[in-house]
Amino acid sequence: MQTTRLAFASAAALGLLLATGCTTDAPTESQDDATSGAPSGDEWFVQAEYDEQLAQRDIEPEGDPSQPWLQAIEPEWIDTSQYAREGGDATVCFSNASVSNPWRVTGWITMQEQVKVLQEAGEIGEFRHSDAGDDDDQQISDIQAFVDSGECDALIISPSTTATLTPAVETACASGIPVIVFDRGVNTDCATTFIHPIGGYAYGADAAEFLVENLEPGSTVLALRILPGVDVLEHRWAAAQEIFGDSELEILGNEFTGGDAAEIKNIVTQYLQRGDVDGIWMDAGDGAVAAIEAFEDAGKPYPVMAGEDELSFMRKWEETGMTAIAPVYSNFQWRTPVLAATMILNGEQVPAEWVLPQDPITEAELADYLERNADMPSLHYAKFGGEDLPGFPDAWRDR
Amino acid sequence: MQRLRSAAAALFGGGTGTVFALLIVILAGIFAMNPGFFEGPSLMAFLKQAAPLVILAAGQYFVIVSGNFDLSVGALVGAQVVIAARLIDGEESRTVPVLLVMLAFGLTVGLVNGLITTVLKVQSFITTLGMLLVLYGAIRLWTGGAPTGALSEAFRKVGRHGIDDVPLVGQIPWALLVMLAVGAGAILLMRTRFGRIVMATGDNDLAAALSGARVATVRTAAFVLSGLSATIAGVLIGGFAGVSAQVGEGLEFTVITEVVLGGVALGGGRGTALAAMAGALAIEALFTLFNQMALPATLRPTVQGAIIIAAVAYAARQRTRPAAVTAPATVSPS
Amino acid sequence: MRTLNTTALSSTAMIYLALAGVLAVGGAAVALDGGNLFATANLVDMLTRTSLTGFLAIGMTLVILCRSLDLSVGYTAALSSLVAATTMDGQAANIPLAIGAVLLVAGLIGAANGAIIAFLKVNPFIATLGTGLIIKGYLDTEYKGPAGDVPAAFQQFGYTRIAFVPVSALVMLAVAGAAIWYLRSTRTGHHMYAVGGDIDVARMSGIRTTRVLLTAHVLCGMAAGVAGLLLAARFGTGSAEAYTNLYELDAIAAVVLGGTLLLGGKGGVAGTVAGVAILAVLDTVFNVMQIDPFAKDVLRGVVIIAAVALYARRQLDRTARRPRFAISEGRA
Repeated sequence: MQTTRLAFASAAALGLLLATGCTTDAPTESQDDATSGAPSGDEWFVQAEYDEQLAQRDIEPEGDPSQPWLQAIEPEWIDTSQYAREGGDATVCFSNASVSNPWRVTGWITMQEQVKVLQEAGEIGEFRHSDAGDDDDQQISDIQAFVDSGECDALIISPSTTATLTPAVETACASGIPVIVFDRGVNTDCATTFIHPIGGYAYGADAAEFLVENLEPGSTVLALRILPGVDVLEHRWAAAQEIFGDSELEILGNEFTGGDAAEIKNIVTQYLQRGDVDGIWMDAGDGAVAAIEAFEDAGKPYPVMAGEDELSFMRKWEETGMTAIAPVYSNFQWRTPVLAATMILNGEQVPAEWVLPQDPITEAELADYLERNADMPSLHYAKFGGEDLPGFPDAWRDR
Repeated sequence: MQRLRSAAAALFGGGTGTVFALLIVILAGIFAMNPGFFEGPSLMAFLKQAAPLVILAAGQYFVIVSGNFDLSVGALVGAQVVIAARLIDGEESRTVPVLLVMLAFGLTVGLVNGLITTVLKVQSFITTLGMLLVLYGAIRLWTGGAPTGALSEAFRKVGRHGIDDVPLVGQIPWALLVMLAVGAGAILLMRTRFGRIVMATGDNDLAAALSGARVATVRTAAFVLSGLSATIAGVLIGGFAGVSAQVGEGLEFTVITEVVLGGVALGGGRGTALAAMAGALAIEALFTLFNQMALPATLRPTVQGAIIIAAVAYAARQRTRPAAVTAPATVSPS
Repeated sequence: MRTLNTTALSSTAMIYLALAGVLAVGGAAVALDGGNLFATANLVDMLTRTSLTGFLAIGMTLVILCRSLDLSVGYTAALSSLVAATTMDGQAANIPLAIGAVLLVAGLIGAANGAIIAFLKVNPFIATLGTGLIIKGYLDTEYKGPAGDVPAAFQQFGYTRIAFVPVSALVMLAVAGAAIWYLRSTRTGHHMYAVGGDIDVARMSGIRTTRVLLTAHVLCGMAAGVAGLLLAARFGTGSAEAYTNLYELDAIAAVVLGGTLLLGGKGGVAGTVAGVAILAVLDTVFNVMQIDPFAKDVLRGVVIIAAVALYARRQLDRTARRPRFAISEGRA
């Protein structure tokens, strides 16, 4: 049922409209508030956002290229003088969705190291955080607790899910403190600034375009996905479908793996038993090495592959010399929110929507990034952007 | 003749027949979709990947048949793989010492589960749920949130490789041999005095205790066996696919489902080790069938849930009939 | 029945003592850390955290009393949040309809669970794990993300509070009160203890055991539906992803912490409320003290085991008399 509908959506020019009409569950959902909202109960594809993100990849970001976490793409600077406070030592609060995967673990270390620097500089006094363990309801409580305490001078939120955190973020905004949202967004622009890399469409497109360019027409591609229903991941797949739809590649299937290496290896092995797989598209690089090993163990040639900037994959890539790309969902974005908080509390201008650069790592840059991260554990992200922090490399290496 | 019939009843009757029938139906389905599956290499690959689950099922079988649950096995498998990666850290020479550490750790976790359940009288659901939380959190505290280090080639050999260049099948995976050894061990163990006491304990612990069985010891031993099986499964899974942050997650529910599908009664006292392991094979084959059918990934849980309920309900129906006839011979479940 | 009530009362009192102990220790720990656990913000936080688990745990208490189990409540709650949000569709006028639809859908799921367990003799663990998977597949296929729109009027259910007491916690306590009354004062309520105590004896003494089991499961499903309504009110939309949080295990832990035996037949909703509160206090203390999230899991696991071990010491003599030390076997 899903595949027919997916095919339906991508085949028809009016796919979105038609598919919406076919859905009985949320037929009359209003389509007007197209902020960053996901279309309710339906395909995760918004043409305008897709076009915008793909265009943003080619825009030169403002700011110093050696500090990508402070760069911004087409920023619209806003005045924050209303939040300026004297005396430094601000209490900054952070509601984290979770540290339940290596990407978030890496980013969280980077953020803490950045906070230490700001604390030594006297900008931040106390840094409080709560972790919701991926539970939306828990995170709503966490945010409420910070707001009710009345002790936060600024509140940083990394939402667990886009739509569901919206009311809580609105409440936080209404309390009058500056609110900084990063990574996943929410369906309101009440936050002082929303920090994120270009986004899921750009990620999925980087990966899909690489496969289209590097595979002969008629080649077969297997898509490996983590889990359904998460917007940042669904956008990646939606963009890939858009690009594969216009190509001559044959998509063998898309499978959910939970990011579990054993599941990935098992699934890829089964596909290889039934025929050749020429390319692998992944919506996140977790377990990418297991996919590659499935080819090794089956005695098949390496596929053309889109992984992620996780070091285990990049090291395997170099070792095997396969044709690959590492799309990046910029991990250095974890530095930006605390820096933004101090800027806002100093009354400095910040972009209303702070779009960070998001460039994939290509073969030409592979050696360089591996060199820079030589000491790092395998489940670490190459573009973590913390090399200049005093805690480097111990904080990440000996975590 | 009588013995033959009772042997057949032991194997196929009392609800356990359902799982073999189900396994045959699923394998037939796979054959219909893709006859090539039964050519050596694919079948060997399937068995290699299913081996850890069959081994986990064998371990879980002892715990369930003795009247308990072990919800901590998934977390234990994950913990073992992460421990191995961190301690070995890519050094081949550390492989054997670390394997010994893992063995000690697995047995200890089982022992702790067993002692909390039997000595402190905490229901095993809560004991092992608590252990799940403790293992999940402790292992991440220890590694700073995500696994570090690397496994050695020697460690990975058992889960990943096998005896190569065998005629017909290509490669006989080491994992398959380990699975057969563990399976045979489990079946033989159930035929010993220990096995009979485990079964009697699960069936009616009071009666077992009155007839001189050391109920607490036997139940603790069952948990230790489960810890052992999780350790072996961890070695195989880590070897098969390497280390990842999610390894082992959710395995406990899969394994318990597989064992129950094998006709082993939750609450204890009924079911065979062979059928429990067949239940594991049936579920793994079902996942393979889904894959062969290219069933949309999001729909799979629904089909899986329906099949599990139907199979267990069917087995329950079957069981009520022979049970009525043989009621005087066997102690009826509670 | 009278002796049952008195023992239940005394063990309930013990659980509230345990709650007081956790509050005292937690308060002291927070005070040493330089905070105040009883500041308004923290009280609000604690009470808010009780609501969601509370609804699920109240329903779970009923089925566990019958020596059953419901592992599908997390999925039911997620589905209910979607039914609520899509039915309301931003219109305040649709709220009554949505509440009715949620209770109907959730009640039907409960009825299906009950029927599979009572008539098909499938073990509750497997039956509800199975229905959970069925719902999960439906959610994954039909909803690729949050859907629906909850009007501001209904969001009040998740956000309004009177002084430091959230409305949702008040509703949860009202539901708990109703459940306590139901178990103590109605025939079916009494029968639940009997069915959980020994289903064969219950059947022989003329109790229609299948009907009791069905009722417990329907009520448990509906409680999960109310939890889904609360999720919808809090989220402002419906979310399929809510099932990933394993709320069912939280609920079961709360029930057992509240002194209800997983073997059925002993316990009650008053204890469950205390169990829920203990977990909520722990969460708030961990949060205020900035405990590492992974250390939180370890501590929670240890506290659950330790608390149940303490109860078990008191119940040793009673447990020993039970014919089987095992969870809920769907007896044929």
